[in-house]
Amino acid sequence: MAKKLPEVDVVIVGMGWTGGILSKELSESGLKVVALERGAPRSAEEDFSVPHIRDELQFGIRHGLMQDLRRDTLTVRNNPSQNALPMRQLGSFLLGEGLGGAGVHWNGHTWRWTDMEFKIRSMYEERYGKKFIPDDMTIQDWGITYAELEPYYDKFEKIAGISGQAGNLNGQIVEGGNPFEAPRKSPYPLPPLERSLANDLFAGATKSMGLHPFPMPVANASRPYTNPDGAKLGQCQYCGFCERFGCEANAKGSPLITVIPFAMKQPTFELRTLSVVSKVHMDKQKKVATGVTYTNLQTGEEFFQPAKIVILAAYGLNNTHLMLTSGIGKPYDPVTQKGVIGKNYAYQTGVGATLFFNDKIFNPFMSTGGLTTLVDDYNGNWNFDRSGPNFVGGTTLNGGMYGGRPIDFHPVPPGTPKWGKAWKEAMAKWYSRSMTINSAGSVMANRYNYLDLDPTYKNALGMPLLRMTFDYKPNEHRLSEFTAQKINEIAKSLNPDFLSPAKAKTAPWSVVPYQTTHNTGGTIMGTNPTNSAVNKYCQSWDAHNLFIMGASLFSHNAAYNPTGPVGALAYMTVDVIKNRYIKNPGSLV
Amino acid sequence: MDDTNQDLKNSSRRQLLKGALVGGAVMGAPGVSSAQSLLVQKNGDASAPIAAYVFLTPIEASFVEAFVDHMVPADQFTPKGTDLGINIFIDRALAGSWGKGDRMYMQGPWSVGLPTQGYQSPLLPSQVYRAGIAATNQHCESLYGKTFDLLDTSKKEEVLKSLDSGKMVFEGGLSSKFFFDIAYKSVVEGLYADPIYGGNSNKAAWKMIGFPGVIETNARNIVEYKNNFYPGKVLGIADVS
Repeated sequence: MAKKLPEVDVVIVGMGWTGGILSKELSESGLKVVALERGAPRSAEEDFSVPHIRDELQFGIRHGLMQDLRRDTLTVRNNPSQNALPMRQLGSFLLGEGLGGAGVHWNGHTWRWTDMEFKIRSMYEERYGKKFIPDDMTIQDWGITYAELEPYYDKFEKIAGISGQAGNLNGQIVEGGNPFEAPRKSPYPLPPLERSLANDLFAGATKSMGLHPFPMPVANASRPYTNPDGAKLGQCQYCGFCERFGCEANAKGSPLITVIPFAMKQPTFELRTLSVVSKVHMDKQKKVATGVTYTNLQTGEEFFQPAKIVILAAYGLNNTHLMLTSGIGKPYDPVTQKGVIGKNYAYQTGVGATLFFNDKIFNPFMSTGGLTTLVDDYNGNWNFDRSGPNFVGGTTLNGGMYGGRPIDFHPVPPGTPKWGKAWKEAMAKWYSRSMTINSAGSVMANRYNYLDLDPTYKNALGMPLLRMTFDYKPNEHRLSEFTAQKINEIAKSLNPDFLSPAKAKTAPWSVVPYQTTHNTGGTIMGTNPTNSAVNKYCQSWDAHNLFIMGASLFSHNAAYNPTGPVGALAYMTVDVIKNRYIKNPGSLV
Repeated sequence: MDDTNQDLKNSSRRQLLKGALVGGAVMGAPGVSSAQSLLVQKNGDASAPIAAYVFLTPIEASFVEAFVDHMVPADQFTPKGTDLGINIFIDRALAGSWGKGDRMYMQGPWSVGLPTQGYQSPLLPSQVYRAGIAATNQHCESLYGKTFDLLDTSKKEEVLKSLDSGKMVFEGGLSSKFFFDIAYKSVVEGLYADPIYGGNSNKAAWKMIGFPGVIETNARNIVEYKNNFYPGKVLGIADVS
């Protein structure tokens, strides 16, 4: 029997970016807030200290900062006819765990998603006609607009310390930035990072092809920086240990060094780590959430934490899991297409090329999580005609490196043996003399890509595992073919001595190789309770005091990384709760 | 220069031990020379602690030594795999948390699954390694009358290619490709992981490719050394601890 604790104003599940933002802002407004984090506490000073953190094997390869699958994982399959089996090792995506969540080991890429995503169905139908969207592609408008989110994007960019070059300031196109971004009211808080040789080559090649290269907007501080809350960020040192690692220079915008310490100072805030939430409870009338049950992993005891407001701020997949295990909202059924929880799970797609130059030195280890130069001409550019290549969505293309850590990165030209003297000779020669061109592509929602509960496998708390049914569809295969062709055109224009060309991905999605940790959907935002789990204010249609954060809100996945809108939606939710909901609890739409 | 001299010294010492071991095996006298006592001198320092195998049995150790020396032969860049300690790296990895399936979901029911569903073996990585070595040696015995470590270079090459392609069929059903992928990964890790894990002795693999190691503050270097080799000192975790 769970021990009942005294009621608080707000209980928050998960303590990454969104949990940190909500904890800080709501506790500062005087609300009594309890945050529950399933993982361990950690601090940048201790856990990310040098040389300890510069251990590729422990953190890069063995995933030292990521989710421990012994306690919880999910099952995977490509379509409903297959038998889903557990993801027994991390691979395709790397889920976070512990204080700060994946916000401590992200690369920091931060984008503003635009109306091209939020009004996706209406804009594509208007331009290309209804028939352009395949029957099984379940994309829909989100019910929110870029204009509504703009101030919150701005807020998040300033809190996380984004380095970048504005491309569209109040409607004025700015040279050197992304001309396809939506108008922004203010520039990025920090100038772009230094450019590497790989960045320069990519920029030169794409510019001469008539494309529009610009530096990746990224939460790696290009200068020492104090954010509006007073958090101090150090200057990025281009150490190459960024994604999968914590930053010892405090140069990576992370909840652990920004919002969380500010929440911790509030007497109205309490953090409980090693606390795994297993259920959100509803009242008898099934109108409001009453609190959550969690297990204290230090003792094994179960507690019931009552709260006036419940906020799910775990990773998107875990938010969806918790909604399903709690029985809140109708689970999605791909046959009848009724129900909403688990609907529109999406991922991303990407291909890449490696270029080898006899006469160039790239120093791949001098890098950051976001030292790339990109073009958005085939994505953010609405004038790019999709009817020829025939796909909905788009792709960004980038040149540069994220870090030259040698277990992971030791490129050799095609045809090199996998071992022996020739292998060693090739690694010795090409490690410094190669660069990569990569892409990040959208994945549209599809009727048969969804999340539900697995009928067989259970986690350590005895709950059914989440089951993921996902595969790329012909729309994504066509996008991938287009992307590979464009990358290879750029690569060939640079005349490398050897080229490992980009190859279109048309094989089924596999859980094995790392691809991207951008999993979206499951508790999507929408215009009414029959097509979505939450309204435009991230408020559950089923319980007005239940709010959901994170990329599980996304109704499809864009080519852009998700953290920009994740952060913006969190700040918008803060605003709505503080200024509207508290005064008049009830549905906000 | 010092490093090179030490490497030579180590390798001749190892030749001696290896000779004794092989002799013992040929004589068929079990227990005469246990590979558990096979000494691998670390750091080239006669007074340094001596590493020995924790997980690998004598036969397995011979396999792993032959495997890493074939994959990573001595050349102008580095000494051979055993002289880099890759065998020691692998032994520790197998004996340690990785070999025991650390952080892996290992609950049944079990099913072969599709390649897209990844690792579905009820065996832990160290058990796959053990079974794979035994099955490869069995295959070599039946084909050539010798275990893998005693084959000549060209036959070793054939065996490894047949594992890598998955063409070799193991009795009992274990996938040879599944075993090989794990074993191959362990060699790459032993080559390039920080020397604190037992491989990459003297940071030789990092020196080979020009990776400067763990302490890098490159905010200036990225400008100063654009399109030029960076001459910084190669540092491992132990150098700055």
